[in-house]
Amino acid sequence: MSLFFAYLSVVAALVSGLAALATDKRSELDRLATSLLRRWPKLHSRAQSIFSATHYAEYHRNSLFILLGVSGVSAVLASAMALFSGTVITDTLPFGLPWLHWHIRFDALSAFFYLIIGLALIAVSLFGPGYVREFEHGKHSLSVLGFFTGLFVAGMELVLLADDAFFFVIAWELMSVSSYFLVAFQHEQASNRRAAFLYLLMAVIGAISIILAYGVLAGFSGGLTFDQFRSVKLTPVWASVAFVLALIGFGMKAGLVPFHAWLPEAHPAAPSHISALMSGVMLKVAVYGFIRFTFDLLDEVYWQWGLVALLLGTASAVLGILYAMQQQNLKRLLAYSSVENIGIIFIALGLALIFFSSGQARLGTLGIIAALMHCLNHALFKSLLFLGAGAILHNTHEQSLENMGGLIHRMPKLSGIFLIGCLSISALPPFNGFVSEWLIFQTALQTGNLDSGVIRSLIPTASAVLALTSALAAGCFVNVYGVAFLGLPRSKHVASCHEVSHQGMLAGPAFLAVFCVLFGVFPTPLIETLNVVTGQLVGSTLPQVSALGWLWVSPVAKEVASYSPFLVLLGILVTVSACYQVFYLRSGRLESRRADTWDCGFGGLNARMQYTSTGFVMPFRRIFQPVFDVDERIEEQKSGPDGFHTERLRYHLHVSDISWGYVYQPVARSVLGLSRWVSRIQTGNIRTYLAYSFFTLLILLWGIS
Amino acid sequence: MAWLLALLQTLLFIASAPILAGWLKKVKCRLQNRRAPSLFQPYRDLRKLWRKEPVVAHSASWIFKATPYIVLSTTVLTASIIPLIAVNLPTAKIADVVVLIGFFALGRFFLALAGMDIGTAFGGMGSSREMMVSSLAEPAMLMAVFTLAMSASTTNLSEAMKYVLDTGLVLRPSFVFAMLGLMLVAVAETGRIPVDNPTTHLELTMIHEAMILEYSGRHLGLIEWASQIKLMIYGVLIVNIFIPWGIAQDFSLRSLGIGALSLGLKLIGLTVLLGLSEVILAKMRVFRVQEYLSFAYLLTLLGMLSHIILEIQH
Repeated sequence: MSLFFAYLSVVAALVSGLAALATDKRSELDRLATSLLRRWPKLHSRAQSIFSATHYAEYHRNSLFILLGVSGVSAVLASAMALFSGTVITDTLPFGLPWLHWHIRFDALSAFFYLIIGLALIAVSLFGPGYVREFEHGKHSLSVLGFFTGLFVAGMELVLLADDAFFFVIAWELMSVSSYFLVAFQHEQASNRRAAFLYLLMAVIGAISIILAYGVLAGFSGGLTFDQFRSVKLTPVWASVAFVLALIGFGMKAGLVPFHAWLPEAHPAAPSHISALMSGVMLKVAVYGFIRFTFDLLDEVYWQWGLVALLLGTASAVLGILYAMQQQNLKRLLAYSSVENIGIIFIALGLALIFFSSGQARLGTLGIIAALMHCLNHALFKSLLFLGAGAILHNTHEQSLENMGGLIHRMPKLSGIFLIGCLSISALPPFNGFVSEWLIFQTALQTGNLDSGVIRSLIPTASAVLALTSALAAGCFVNVYGVAFLGLPRSKHVASCHEVSHQGMLAGPAFLAVFCVLFGVFPTPLIETLNVVTGQLVGSTLPQVSALGWLWVSPVAKEVASYSPFLVLLGILVTVSACYQVFYLRSGRLESRRADTWDCGFGGLNARMQYTSTGFVMPFRRIFQPVFDVDERIEEQKSGPDGFHTERLRYHLHVSDISWGYVYQPVARSVLGLSRWVSRIQTGNIRTYLAYSFFTLLILLWGIS
Repeated sequence: MAWLLALLQTLLFIASAPILAGWLKKVKCRLQNRRAPSLFQPYRDLRKLWRKEPVVAHSASWIFKATPYIVLSTTVLTASIIPLIAVNLPTAKIADVVVLIGFFALGRFFLALAGMDIGTAFGGMGSSREMMVSSLAEPAMLMAVFTLAMSASTTNLSEAMKYVLDTGLVLRPSFVFAMLGLMLVAVAETGRIPVDNPTTHLELTMIHEAMILEYSGRHLGLIEWASQIKLMIYGVLIVNIFIPWGIAQDFSLRSLGIGALSLGLKLIGLTVLLGLSEVILAKMRVFRVQEYLSFAYLLTLLGMLSHIILEIQH
């Protein structure tokens, strides 16, 4: 039954994609309906109203997103059934190669990631109809957007279902290529074209790496199904080769430093609801691939792998958030923050690898559960924030924080929802982001159980970096919320904007916000569910997690650490209301008086006197200077006899990613150099080419004889 | 019974926080050859503020008005979790020491938002600096806490204190480093000299005060009270974690009394130390704070390493 819903979800997404092709086919559909329904006058008149010029666009748009919503709901249903029953379902589909049909396997791990896709998809399908309306009158056809959205979602779901390498790679490429077209959707801007090309390039390199990783396993097992992979025993060297290839391949898709450069370019270029799916969900599919490959397909893990994952994760986390802070474009900032969160997930996975390799299966399980939980949490709050950014963009046409301000007075509902997203992503109790980071800290604290002193001292250092990261994330999102929603409006559009008119555009993020709070306040049922996943994946669970009752989380043992987010929330609510009672109601309801802001007696306080986003993050830029490539100039235009009178000042600041200069440009240069060297054989002279053919022929003949 | 005791302990905690601030002021005045105000002056100030009408700028949103309540409640909640005069209280199970750091972060998040709510340069500057200081202080704090947690193999504060009590008086190099680091962090987090100066209103030097510049009346009173409680929390954390002797392990009246007395004495001593350092040191430039906090981090890192190298037996 769960497999039925899993298939239904894929089919609904595909149908939504195909239905999108009918965007500009109104008159044909109208004619078709007329000819088919002539006998039933009632249906006919109904069809005519649907296919009339005035209503068709809206009906069509809504039906696309309803289909996506159906896909999302059935994904959630499928995952709920699979997680509750705890069974593994396998199947084969009669597609693919003649000797290798598509193998399907729907186990708890796939089901959990199905849940992530499903929840995000429901939110997107609520949000989408209002958001894409503006594209209808634009240059771009909705049919392209809808078609590739459908393919993209179906591709992600098929990756989760795949149980052989061949099918996996096909699904993976479907996901990558269709998302390329989504990134390139608004292709009239050169920056978007560039971003899309970079994305495609990195996706191709990543895919090659994944194919090679599977190739190693296939070479030793002699088959392509995952079952054959699971049974193969690799030597440590070959296993490490496969691991490194998989880490590069999946890490590239997930946006792990230093393979992250495409991510902050590509994610903001896509329409906001697609950015939400890409950042919230597609990166998680890459994490899924990594988990599947490392913990499921490879039969043994080594601590060195864990160390590599831990170091890359730490670097991604801290660099991701530092770069995120320096962005003024809201969607770009959110994309960089995805790098940070992927880093946090890989920290947890690295810890899990280290613990598993040293025989501490229960602590390793804790690491995996923390990673999986952060996957879900990040999908929730990042999709929420991207949808929120989309709603702001829709209403104000502003992407830059520096032009926003005071939105809390103009969009009160959206600002409340967005605040929940900011609190969750900053890892503050009692919201969901905190629970997963808390679990990672608890995992890191168990290093006393390890033998190697080096690792024992390295892991706490890495977790101190994690603490730095979460503190920086709080700073970053204070900046986002404070500059965008609080203060005075910094531009005309923002000053005159109002709450989004389409209710769905609020309902989508609000749906996610509910889950942010829910999983933050009641994490124990979720962790119990994740026990099913790890039970199937690595054969070990956390038996102690609800030792104190289901309101408490005690991941290791009840004496070691416990946390009850519900009681925390209750405590906050009780103390807030007690304070309110004592200090407001009991003290004579002394109303606060509204007055002008204190302006030191000069008057004329205006929006330009506020702290800007650039100013807010300046201390961080200065302290962490070595990781930035800062180009800061002040151009002065002087006049007067001695040039003492400054007429005009122009401040120029550009902060760029250090990885460009150190990683990407050298690689690009060497590739160019290599291809120039290779191109020497391309003389353009027909005689040379004839000579090539002649010698090739000779060699072949020689070889045959 | 235990829950009632926990409630009483929390009330004692928050009620006695202003007196600690008064005592600190007294110490500093003595050291500077000034006449000190009464020990109970902070209570009078708070009462005055609570009775006054708050003035709120036109551009303020609900965040500005809600923040004082949120800040106070997160602080009170933190106070309720820390064992003050007795361990084994049920509240300690609700949140461990990592959650406690999270509570501080939650309060600070709202305070920083409130600073930016009005749209003045001061507020934004204060928020920006506060987030900078805290983001550097948090890793150091966590490192110190981790040293403790790894020694006691628990992050539950009550359990950790019991562990220190049970093992008796042994000299641990890791704890010495961690305690020094935590003291430096506490100075930074509570906004004392040399990181911040709570008595100044000069824009170049303000951090915390810049953020709350727009507050007045009842709202200001709540925030002031919260920062007094926060000072006490850090004091209690330092003395109860590293020198927990005297704290009550059962709930008899006698041991509770001894607990209260010993805590009072320890806090008095610690405050004298803080007052001394405030009189001796001058406020640092804002961009020297990073060096100060990296030093704190280094100390806690040394504590962690010496724990791993010297103290773990296999």
